[in-house]
Parts: sequence; C-alpha cells; structure tokens
Amino acid sequence: MKSKWSIAIAVVLAVALVVTLSMIGCKTTETAETTAAAETTAAAETTAAAETTAAAETTAAAEETTAAAGGTLKIVWAQWAPADYLQKLSEGFTAETGITVIVEQIPWDTFVQKYNTEMIAQNPTWDIIVGDSQDVGAMSTGGHYVNLTQWIKDNGVLDSFTPASMTYYAEYPKGAGEYWGIPVEGDALGWSYRKDLFEDPENMAAFEEEYGYPLDIPVSWDALLDIAEFFHDPDNNQYGVAIYGDNGYDSMVMFAEQVIWAYGGDLGDYSTNQVEGILNSQASVDGIEYYNKLFKFNPPAFNDAFFIHTNDAFVAGQVPMATNYFAFFPGLANEATNPYAADTGYFVCPPQKGRDGVERQFAALGGQAASVVTYSPNQDLAFKWLEWFIRADVQLEWAKLGGYTCHAETLASDEFLNATPYNPAFAKSMEIFKDFWAVPEYSELLKTMSATVGPYVISDTGTAQEALDACAAEWTRIFTDAGYYD
Amino acid sequence: MFRRRNEITSTELQYRALSDQALIRAFVLPTIILLLFVNIFPLFWSLILSFSNFTAKFPLVWGKNPRFMGIEQYIRLLSDPEIWERFITTAKYVVLSVSGEMLLGFGIALLLQIKFRGREFITTLLVLPMTMSPVIVGLMWKLFYNPNWGMFNYLLGLGKIDWATDVKYNLFASVIADVWMWTPFVLLLALAGLGAIPQYLYEAAEVDRASWWHKFTKITLPMVWPLLLVALIFRTMEAFKVFDITMGISGRGATAPHLLSLQLYDTAFVTWKTGVGSALGYIVLIMIIAITNIFIKYLNRAKQ
Repeated sequence: MKSKWSIAIAVVLAVALVVTLSMIGCKTTETAETTAAAETTAAAETTAAAETTAAAETTAAAEETTAAAGGTLKIVWAQWAPADYLQKLSEGFTAETGITVIVEQIPWDTFVQKYNTEMIAQNPTWDIIVGDSQDVGAMSTGGHYVNLTQWIKDNGVLDSFTPASMTYYAEYPKGAGEYWGIPVEGDALGWSYRKDLFEDPENMAAFEEEYGYPLDIPVSWDALLDIAEFFHDPDNNQYGVAIYGDNGYDSMVMFAEQVIWAYGGDLGDYSTNQVEGILNSQASVDGIEYYNKLFKFNPPAFNDAFFIHTNDAFVAGQVPMATNYFAFFPGLANEATNPYAADTGYFVCPPQKGRDGVERQFAALGGQAASVVTYSPNQDLAFKWLEWFIRADVQLEWAKLGGYTCHAETLASDEFLNATPYNPAFAKSMEIFKDFWAVPEYSELLKTMSATVGPYVISDTGTAQEALDACAAEWTRIFTDAGYYD
Repeated sequence: MFRRRNEITSTELQYRALSDQALIRAFVLPTIILLLFVNIFPLFWSLILSFSNFTAKFPLVWGKNPRFMGIEQYIRLLSDPEIWERFITTAKYVVLSVSGEMLLGFGIALLLQIKFRGREFITTLLVLPMTMSPVIVGLMWKLFYNPNWGMFNYLLGLGKIDWATDVKYNLFASVIADVWMWTPFVLLLALAGLGAIPQYLYEAAEVDRASWWHKFTKITLPMVWPLLLVALIFRTMEAFKVFDITMGISGRGATAPHLLSLQLYDTAFVTWKTGVGSALGYIVLIMIIAITNIFIKYLNRAKQ
C-alpha cells in the first residue's frame, strides 16, 4: 500500500515537472515572438498595446544585460513610443561605456503623480527623471532635481540647444539663468488632416460656395472652425474635428491656452504673477468661446478625450482633422495603424487675428527634459549619460529613431526635416510654442483652470467670462497664499 | 504523584524567564507597535497637519511648511461653496445608491424565499458582482456606457447619451454601477436574516388568517430589520467615500461627478495640499461617524 502511494506521488511530481518545464518553454517562445513583432512595429506605432509590448521588451532586454560592467542607470519616463526610442538609443551608450540603461515607463495618467510621490519620499528609485515641463519649478524648488547650471555652461548646452527649449524645459525661475534639465523630447500641439477629403473636388466646390474661400489647410482658427462645421455630419457618423476634452490632468488647459494666446489673451503676467484683468480679459474670453464652439464638432464621448481619442477618431475615418502632440503622429504615418496614412497631411496650429487686429500664432508646449535626481546614488553615471546624450551625433540618431530633438543644428538639418512627413510642421511649431505656468503651484493652477473652464467648454455651463473670472479669482488666491505678492 | 494544573517545576522555571503576563505582552507588543506606526501615528499626524498649510511636495521647514493656522483651514473649507456643492452631490449619490441597493437587495432576497429549481445557482450568480474589484467594475461600466458602441444605450434604445462624462448623467452612471455591484451585499445579509426567522411564527399567523402584508410588516420586516440596518450602515459608509468606481467611469476631471472623495484625492495627491487634504478628510470622517452613530442608535433599539 505504502509503495503504491509512493509511485502515485512520484508520477504526480513528474507530471507537474513536465508541465512546468513546458510552460516555461512556451513562455520563452511567446516572448521571442512578441519581441520580433514589436521590433517591426515599435518605431512608429503609438497604440497602447504596442507601447506596452515594446516597454516590456526593452525593459527585459535591458535587465538581461545588467550583468554587464559599468553599473546601471535608471531613467523614468511616461509610457509611450518615445520612451521606447530612448531605450533603443541608450544601447549606444551601453556599447560605449558598459553602463546599462533601463528606461522605466509609467502610464501617462499617473506619471507625474508617481514620480512626485517618489521624490517626496526622497527615494533613490531613479537616477534621471524625464519630467514634464511645467513641473520643473516644483521639482527644483522642492530640492528634488540637481542644479545643472554650471554643467550646462561647461558643456556648451546653451549654444547647441534652441534657446526657447532651454527656457521652457530647463530653466527655473524663467529668466533667472538657473537650469535643471536637458531637453529630451521637444513637443507641441499640431494637426493631422485628410488630404483626400480636403482635395476632393466636390468638397472643394461645396466649401467655396458655402464659405466664399477655397478649402485648404486652415489659415486661421476661424477657418478651422468653418472646415469643422463643413464636414460635421453626425447622422453619417462623420464629425468635424477631434480635439481634447478634460482628462483630469492638462489636456483641456493645453488646448485652451493656445487659443487664448492666438486671440490676443494671456494666462497672466509670468514676471509679476498678476492674473486679474489678463486671464479674464475680453481677448481671453474670445479664445475660450472659440474652444466651446469648436468642441461641438467633436465625435460623441469626447468630454474626457486625450491623445488616444483624437488619434483613434482620425484612423477610424470619423474626422477630417485631429489635434495631437507631435509625439503621437508616428502612429498616423504608419499604414499598419492608419488606413489613411498615405492621405494624411500635417499642419501647425494656425494663426488668428484678435480684436486688436494683430495676428498671433501659438502652439501649446508639450515635451519633457531629463533631470538628475538629488537622491540618486549614481549621479556620476547620470552625468555621463547626459554628456553622451547632448552630442550632435547622438541627437541626430535620436531624431532618426523618432525622438523630437531640441538640438538646433539637428533640427535645421535636411536629414531631420525630410525624415517624416510631420517633421517640417514640428520644426515650425518649435518657433511658436509657449508653455503654461511653471511655478511650483502649477498643478493647482492646472486643476483650477480645468475645473472652471471645463464645464463651460464641455457642457455650456455658464459663460466664458464667468469661467475665466472664477479662474482668475482662484489663481489670485493661490498666488497670494503662496506669498508671490508679499 | 500528581502535579497540580498550574504548578511549575523548578526545571521548567529554569527555562521560563518570562511570566505569563510578560509573555502575553511580548506577543501583543509587535502588533501594537505596528498599529501605532501604521494607524495611530498617521491619524494624529494628519490631525496636526489639518491645522496647517503643509504641502508634502516641498521640504519640511517648521514655521513655513508647515505653518500652523489654527482652525482657519476648517473655516475656509466649510465656507467654500464648492465644497458644499460637493457635499450635496455626495449626499445625492449616497441616498440614490444605498436606497437602490436596499430596495433591490431586500426585494430579490424576498423573491429567493420562493422555492424553485436552481435557486442556489441563481443566488451564486447574483452574488458575483460583489466579488469583483471596484476599479474593474468602473472600467467595465465605462465600456457599457460608451455612446458609440456601448451596450447600455443600445439595449435601452437611448441613442447616443454619454453617460460616463456628460455632467447631466455622470452621477447616475456611477450610481447604477454602484447599485449593480453592491446590491448582492444587501441581498446576502437579507437572506441571512430571512433564513433565521422561525417558521412557527408564519404558521401561527396562517392559523390567525393573517394577510401577506400583515405577515410582512409584523413578522418579516421586524425580524430582518437589524441585519438590514447593518447593511445600511456599511453601505452608507462605503458610498460616502466611493472613489474607484467613479474614477473608472468618469475620470476625475470636469467630466466627473463632483464627489467629495475625488476632491479629497485631487487636493491631497494631485495638488499636494496636504494640510487642506487632511482637514477635508477629517470633515468627511466626522460626518461619516455622525451618520453611522444615528444608524447604530436605531440598530440598538431594533435589537431590543
């Protein structure tokens, strides 16, 4: 009896061993397959699935080589295609120095909050943070970033990177000459459009008859509104435009600010922090009223729309034009992810004449800079990586991979301008971009603006003037509480 | 030779340096220390911070961050119309979701008293939503509510209503998902209560030719009432601080219903106003304690 039980247990154990081994085998094959699949598509795809696959692949690859001599450098960034490119680019650094680089990716929704939490806890989780541009004030004031001013001067970064990118991505306080980062991904809001619809003779004739001027890339925000209205046909599941709603972070404010600026308004005086009479001026009201009008031509379920929604609506053929950050355009240029890729064109945010008759053109700034973490035990490795990253040849390679360089020479090169159909529009956007407040209280300012302007833009609650008055009053309170007017 | 029960030999004493009381304390102490650090200290620390302007994002500099401001923080919060609007919205959410759950849960429990084939299987199926993670429930209902291809509008023939993010409907979207998820909780407690009612009471009522309504109001309801009150207390407390379901369905921007819990999250973890967040947390805590105390009073009366 005893021996029977022994045999039974032995058989069960043997079966379990075989099953376990075969599962491991399957997993290895599966990983290899997904790696191969991701490699072919990673360069251009922006879909969440591809990002996750690519992220897993790159992290795994980096971890495999951890054993290599030279130590390990940990960089954190948001979960998106450019982070995959950065991982790929850093392979060159590893080859040169033997230092392994791991680019950890955090989903956009929680990215800023997560790295903030880690910094508040003073954790040495990462050596470099590729953080959001508005956050540079809060992170530098909080003592979480290493001051790079001297290093930047010593390495000639101010000469090799565009001045605007250094101001918006790296400098705090603005104009003080104190720098806390190196621009990694320059970005701004731009537009994609369907050339086949815009160049269709019937559409062109009908549009000209209705609006009195030819259908073309919009020459003003007003023209963009006309085009949206012209194509809007909800009964046939066709909508005029795909623009951002409120995702709970900065999507709404990023779109709102560029129309405010274009109509001649402003978010306040960045040097004195005064907002009353500026944020709620008539010109700013014009901008927000425009946003509200344009929002009505969005497809359904766009109230909380962000980058995935606008790209999805475009590739689904629901809209003739969509806004997005340039970093999300690779997915639109790829025929595997956009059936209209061959007919997709790109343009910069249009100019607009305000009430004062002055024409202004702005694009909301996106993008991030690399900053060295104060609590990192590997600051020496971090500086080595930065030294390598700012090199002209590495910046060109970065641009070739799909990264949006802020390196002046690379940005102006024909190689960069001809690399993708949207790069010329990106280069132009780099001349007209402008950013939100970068003060340490920016997250509160963002939240307030979304909460006050959002209900008007999305659901017609109140008026634009009321929304901006409320926002200005709250911003004034925030600045007062923080002691800016003392 | 017999030894008395608690008698300890000298050899045993050699190996027992600690008394029984000391041993008990030694075993309990780690838990107490852990509780002190994990529960009690943060509770008191956040209470202290609630009287200050502390922002976790910036370095601790006593006198500046945090700077103590007495009850000013509480006065400011309680005189803020936006906070009161959030209180009202949260109250609406609590009333709608808890009453829906109580009515449906108790109603279904009464129906399940009828004996039919497969009753146990159906009960198990009905309980399933409660076993899911609230975040998953939120995300799942967000898909149901999608005006383009979601099942909700399609099945009800409602056109393209944007339940999840339209401010006119987003509160109801969360309430519906909450009721779907937590009705089984009330159902389970009601079933337990109904199962514990002695049959002879109904038999006696039958003999007296009591009507269905009379039996329900004089036997069923009074006997189940204490358990229903327990369900009411738990559900009210939970509904007051609902976060994950709403976050999953509507996010937390201008498209989300104005619930206190979302405001609390934004204040404490998005804008990092730790002092304000703590004060708001305490206001919510006091409100929950006050409401549940009223229910507990009723519960004690019902037990008597």
